[in-house]
Amino acid sequence: MSKLLPTGTIAPDFTLNVTPDQKLSLSELRGKPVILVFYPADWSPVCGDQLAVLNQVLSEFKKFGAELLAISVDGLWCHIAFAKSRNLHFSLLSDFNPRGEISQKYGAYREKDGTCERAIYVIDKNGVISWNYLSPIAENPGADGILEALEKLPK
Amino acid sequence: MLKNPVSNDDHIEGAQNAAVTLVEYGDYQCPYCGQAYPIIKRLQKHYGSKLRFVFRNFPLTEIHPLAEPAAQTAEYAGAEGQFWEMHDLIFENQSNLSIELLLQLADFLNLSSAELKEALKNHTFDAKIQKDFMSGIKSGVNGTPTLYINGVRYSGPVEFQDLVSAIDEIIAVSK
Repeated sequence: MSKLLPTGTIAPDFTLNVTPDQKLSLSELRGKPVILVFYPADWSPVCGDQLAVLNQVLSEFKKFGAELLAISVDGLWCHIAFAKSRNLHFSLLSDFNPRGEISQKYGAYREKDGTCERAIYVIDKNGVISWNYLSPIAENPGADGILEALEKLPK
Repeated sequence: MLKNPVSNDDHIEGAQNAAVTLVEYGDYQCPYCGQAYPIIKRLQKHYGSKLRFVFRNFPLTEIHPLAEPAAQTAEYAGAEGQFWEMHDLIFENQSNLSIELLLQLADFLNLSSAELKEALKNHTFDAKIQKDFMSGIKSGVNGTPTLYINGVRYSGPVEFQDLVSAIDEIIAVSK
């Protein structure tokens, strides 16, 4: 049984650091679709591959006006080094303190491991969850599900 | 499942009526694709006319800066009728991959390295490469190499014996 938030519900707002001196709130992105990707850890092989593929498909997401945000419990400086080494062109948010607080709200926290699940939400321009997916932790879900979900959003 | 069926737009090596079609989504700078290369060659030898092989571009350009120029080079050679020669040469020389090497390979195949330089500069074959890439994304390709056997994703190890078992099974079923 997936513990993810169901589709049709409002995505809970949150505010997290994107850079050491800059915060981002989900509510600031109202008006455009948001792809929220929870992933276990910077530098891990599967996450690295997953984010590399998403990074490569950014231009397709942009066609839908969608914003991609990726969230893990890694610290900001870790995110910055990881993003730099992989040339990532989207924001990595740090759910670091209190650890996993936002991930828990989204049912995307693995208590046992202290990391995020590998979970994806597509949120429509009104802030409503329109698609969710909980991937097996060791499996890279690629980008096809996200693109299909974006295609189904009302224009 | 493979969403875009194999068509004449593809680079196809092997008999049109082969019982088995193996499709690879690959990146010329990806070390795992480099490892898969001799294994696929061995499969082609093993199955002969029963197997045809299709290569589609899936360059992860942000982590592999030479994947895109290498894909352009193979497509450029393809436009001159030498796709497979170039594809093979790039993988055989993957450990020394550089722009300089790609130009040398063009010379080696008696292609114009000056024309190739232009193609690299203008990204002449972008549309084809991007089309391959997006067909992969839509089929659920999440890294390289990703293989499809008769349109069905192969998720086992990319090793000769494992692939032979999978292909034999498909041949047995289709008989």
